Amino acid sequence: MSILKHHAKLETNVLLLMVGILLTVIIGGIVEIVPLFTISETIENVQGVRPYSPLEQIGRDIYIREGCYVCHSQMIRPFRDEVERYGHYSLAAESMYDHPFQWGSKRIGPDLARVGGKYSNDWHVRHLTNPRDVVPESIMPGYSFLHRPLDIGDIVARIKTLRVVGVPYTEDDIANATADLQAQASNDANTDALLQRYPKASLGKKDRTSDQVTEMDALVAYLQVLGTMVDFTTMKPDAIR
Amino acid sequence: MTQATVAQGAKDATPYFDDVIQKFVLAATFWGIVGFLAGDFIAWQLAFPALNLDLEWTSFGRVRPVHTSAVVFAFGGNVLFATSLYIVQRTSRASLWGGRALGNFIFWGYQLFIVMAASGYVMGITQGKEYAEPEWYTDLWLTVVWVAYLLTFVGTLYKRKEPHIYVANWFFLAMIITIAMLHIGNNLAVPIALFGGTWWKSYEIYSGVQDAMTQWWYGHNAVGFFLTAGFLGIMYYFVPKRAERPVYSYRLSIVHFWALIFLYIWAGPHHLHYTALPDWAQTLGMTFSVMLWMPSWGGMINGLMTLSGAWDKLRTDPVMRFLVTSVAFYGMSTFEGPMMSIKAVNSLSHYTDWGIGHVHSGSLGWVAFVSFGALYCLVPTLWKRKQLYSMRLVSYHFWISTVGIVLYITAMWISGVMQGLMWRAYDSMGFLQYSFVETVAAMHPYYIIRATGGVLFLTGGLIMAYNFYRTIKGDVRTEVPYETPVAAAARG
Repeated sequence: MSILKHHAKLETNVLLLMVGILLTVIIGGIVEIVPLFTISETIENVQGVRPYSPLEQIGRDIYIREGCYVCHSQMIRPFRDEVERYGHYSLAAESMYDHPFQWGSKRIGPDLARVGGKYSNDWHVRHLTNPRDVVPESIMPGYSFLHRPLDIGDIVARIKTLRVVGVPYTEDDIANATADLQAQASNDANTDALLQRYPKASLGKKDRTSDQVTEMDALVAYLQVLGTMVDFTTMKPDAIR
Repeated sequence: MTQATVAQGAKDATPYFDDVIQKFVLAATFWGIVGFLAGDFIAWQLAFPALNLDLEWTSFGRVRPVHTSAVVFAFGGNVLFATSLYIVQRTSRASLWGGRALGNFIFWGYQLFIVMAASGYVMGITQGKEYAEPEWYTDLWLTVVWVAYLLTFVGTLYKRKEPHIYVANWFFLAMIITIAMLHIGNNLAVPIALFGGTWWKSYEIYSGVQDAMTQWWYGHNAVGFFLTAGFLGIMYYFVPKRAERPVYSYRLSIVHFWALIFLYIWAGPHHLHYTALPDWAQTLGMTFSVMLWMPSWGGMINGLMTLSGAWDKLRTDPVMRFLVTSVAFYGMSTFEGPMMSIKAVNSLSHYTDWGIGHVHSGSLGWVAFVSFGALYCLVPTLWKRKQLYSMRLVSYHFWISTVGIVLYITAMWISGVMQGLMWRAYDSMGFLQYSFVETVAAMHPYYIIRATGGVLFLTGGLIMAYNFYRTIKGDVRTEVPYETPVAAAARG
C-alpha cells in the first residue's frame, strides 16, 4: 500500500506527527458540539422554564457538593415505563439554566427529574435525615448533617457569576437575592414579589429542627421545584419544535 | 530466562533518568492500593448502607469520586508517566528533555494534583461532572503539570538518536495532546470568587444539553485516550519486549493508530442515548462507536499475534500472562462497548449496573492488568535486580485478581440486565410490576458478590506491593522455577 510508505514522513518528524494527531482528534468534537450552540431547535421553545430562585440554586449546589448525581439521574427517557414511573420525558429546555447539567449516568436510586411535588416537605426531611425511616429497603446514605445552618454569605456572588455564564438574572433578581432566599425559607414572609420572580417556587420552612435557614431547607426547596416548571397539561410537542 | 529485559538500559551510553521513573512506579503501586480500597469500600456501602456512617466525609457521593480519580488519574496516571517516560528514553536513545529537575517537577506536581483533587472531594469541593470533578484551581494546576509533561515528552522525542519514532510513542503523544484538549475544553468555568464568593466554587460556562455533550466528549475520551491510547502504548512496548518478538504488523499499527484516534472522539453521545440530546448527535455517536470496534480489534490482533511462536511463555512467565490476558480483556470490552452503544441495547443497559460491569472489565481486566504486567517488568530493571523476588507470587496475584474480576463482572451483568428488565416489567393488569425500591432490594446479593470480587482484586494488589518491596530490598525467594517445554519434554 503506497499511502503507508508516506507514513515515514510523520514518524520521523515529531512536529508533523503532533499536527497530524491534533487535526485528527479535533474533528469529531467540532462536528458534534458546535452545532448544538447554533441550531435553534436543539432547545425546545417551551413556556415556564425559569432560573432557579436563590434558595433553590444554593440547594442545587448542595446537591452537587454531596455527589447526588452519582446515584440519581435527572433525565427521563421517552419510554412507556419511564414516563409512567417518573412523568413526562425530559426536555432539553428544562436543564437550560443548569450549570453544570445533572442528567447523571446511573440509577442506583430513582430518577429525580420530576421529583418536585411528589412527596411532602416532611417526607423529604425525614428521608434525607435517615432514608430507612421511610423506605426500609433504601441503600441511600443518611444526610442528618444537613440540619446545620446554611451559609448564605455569597449568594449574590453565585447569582452574579451565573449571570456571567448565561443565566438571565435581572438587576432586580440580584438586588433581592438575599431577601428572596430568606423569604422562601420562612413561614410568615410576604412572598408576592418572590413568586413574581420565581413562579412555582416551593415556599415555607421545611426543616423544623432549627429556626435558622438550614442546608436541608435549601436542598428540599430545590428538589421540590424539579420538573415542575413546565405545564405539560397544555404543552404540545409539535408546537415547541 | 524470564529476565530478558534486565539491564538493557545500562549498556547504552546515554544516561537515562531512571530515578524519576522509580518514583512513578512506587506512586502507582501506592495509589493503586488506595484506589482499589476506596472502590471496595463504596461497593460494600451499596450492600450495607450503614457503612456510610452518616458522616459527610464518608458518604458514597463523596467517596465515589475519590475511587474513580484514584484509580484512573492516580494509579493509571502514574503508570502512564512511568511507562511513557521510560519508553520514550529507550526508544529514542535519549535522556529526558529537561532532565531530572523537570522530571521531578512533573512527579511532585502530579502527586500534588492528586492530593488537591481527593482532599477536595471529601470536603465537598467538586464541579459535579463525572471524572472531571476537580474545581478550577486544581484544573489550572493540572494544566501546568500537563504542559511540562508534553514538553519533556516531545523534547525527548526531538533529540532522539533513532531516526523513527517508535509506535508506542505515537500513542502516548496522542494521549497527551488529546487529554490536554479535552481537559481544557470541558473545564471552562468562572470562579465565584471573582464576585466576592467562596474561593473554591465555580460555575461551568456550559449548561444543559451543550454541557452534557461536552462532558461526554470529555468523559468517553478520558476512557479512549487516557485509559486506552496510553495503555496501548504500554502494550506496543512491553508485549514485544517480554515476548522477545517484533510487533506482528507494522502496517496494522499505522491503521490501528490513526483509525482509533479519529473514531474514538466521536463516540461520546452513546452516553446520552434517548436523552434530550438531538437525535442526529445520538446517531453519530452510535455509528462511530460501532465502527470503533474495528480498530480496537485491530489493536488486539496486533498485540496477541505478536506472541506468535512465543505462546509457550504463557506457561512459564506469569508476567506474560498478565500482559496477554489484558489484551484479551481489551478485545472483550471493545466488543461489548460497541454492542452497548446500539440504541436498542442501550435502552436496556443504560442507567444499570451493566455499565459498571462493562467499565470494570475494561479497567480491571485491560488497564490494571497491562499495568501490572508493565510494573513487573519495570521494577527489577529500574532497581537493577536480576529478577523479581518471586514469580510464584506473580502467579498468585494473577489468579486471585482474575477470579476477582470474573466475580465482579458476572455479578454486574446479571444485576444490570435484571435491573433493566425489572424497570420495564408490566404485570397482567398493565401496571408497572415493580416499584423502584424493589429493584434496589433485588440487587443486594449481587452487590455482595461484586464487593467480594473487589476484595480479591485488592488482595492481588497487596501481593504485588509485597513482591516489589522484597525485590527492591534485593531478596530472591527460593522456589521451584516454572518448567520450560524443553525440560518438561525431557522429563517425559
